[in-house]
Amino acid sequence: MKHIVKIITFLVAISAMWIGLLEMSVVPRSQTWLLPIYFIVSLGCYGLLMVGIGLMQFPTCPQEAVLLQQDVVEAKDFLKQRGVDVGSE
Amino acid sequence: MEGVQPEGVGDKYSLIVPTYNERLNIALLVYLVFKHLRDVDFEIIIVDDGSPDGTQDVVKQLQQVYGDDRILLRARPRKLGLGTAYAHGLKHASGNFVVIMDADLSHHPKYLPSFIKKQQETGASIVTGTRYVKGGGVHGWTLMRKLTSRGANVLAQTFLWPGVSDLTGSFRLYRKSVLEDLISSCVSKGYVFQMEMIVRASRKGYHIEESIWKFKAWGI
Repeated sequence: MKHIVKIITFLVAISAMWIGLLEMSVVPRSQTWLLPIYFIVSLGCYGLLMVGIGLMQFPTCPQEAVLLQQDVVEAKDFLKQRGVDVGSE
Repeated sequence: MEGVQPEGVGDKYSLIVPTYNERLNIALLVYLVFKHLRDVDFEIIIVDDGSPDGTQDVVKQLQQVYGDDRILLRARPRKLGLGTAYAHGLKHASGNFVVIMDADLSHHPKYLPSFIKKQQETGASIVTGTRYVKGGGVHGWTLMRKLTSRGANVLAQTFLWPGVSDLTGSFRLYRKSVLEDLISSCVSKGYVFQMEMIVRASRKGYHIEESIWKFKAWGI
């Protein structure tokens, strides 16, 4: 199934549930009208939460800087001996 | 349709490196590739867009050291864009697998063996590097950059369900036929192009595997 069809199906399904709740009056009507807004706000909060968690857990690798420096020195030595111009730009 | 030939037998890897003013970095990159891919059949295709700093002269010197059958210079007259550089390099690629690499060493060749191994073990059509899984990482990013990267990934995960953890990193190994298919199907340019490629690949049902790498650009 194409992706956009999946998304539309999901939206149609929750819209149907929302209309169903409106009709059935199990939940007070005034509350039910606001449900879509609650949904969107929750989605926004979820997104921000995921971004925040991701930021805190962002894996970093400071030792890579050192390793890279070693690689550069090794490479320059090797290439200089073989006639490749590795002077800095 | 995915290939059914046995993996590992007669595989050749074409490494495409677009360059513009990378006279030092390209030499370092070539050295590191040869260091880490000792028993592998590969070629490096350098697509230089008429660099004024003498990048092409350095490439010719490298060809003297390593052979011009392993290092191919396929230059273009001036800056013509990254997307077309990939397509240009692809035309000259004789391998059955392709890796597109940045010249600035952010795609460090030391991860190539693990990408290749992952592909051979799983028979995948694409091995995409991920920096966000345990064992991967970045170094030298400001908070702003981390924020935009995380933000873009969360947005994309919420709406696109791409099936990979790192959408914006562009260190990937592709089966050549798959890359050709993706490049011809993609419509965006620049930064978004990399994201589009992996999302389209996921939609088309290509077998995608992930392999960790660590990002540290030289000079940052």
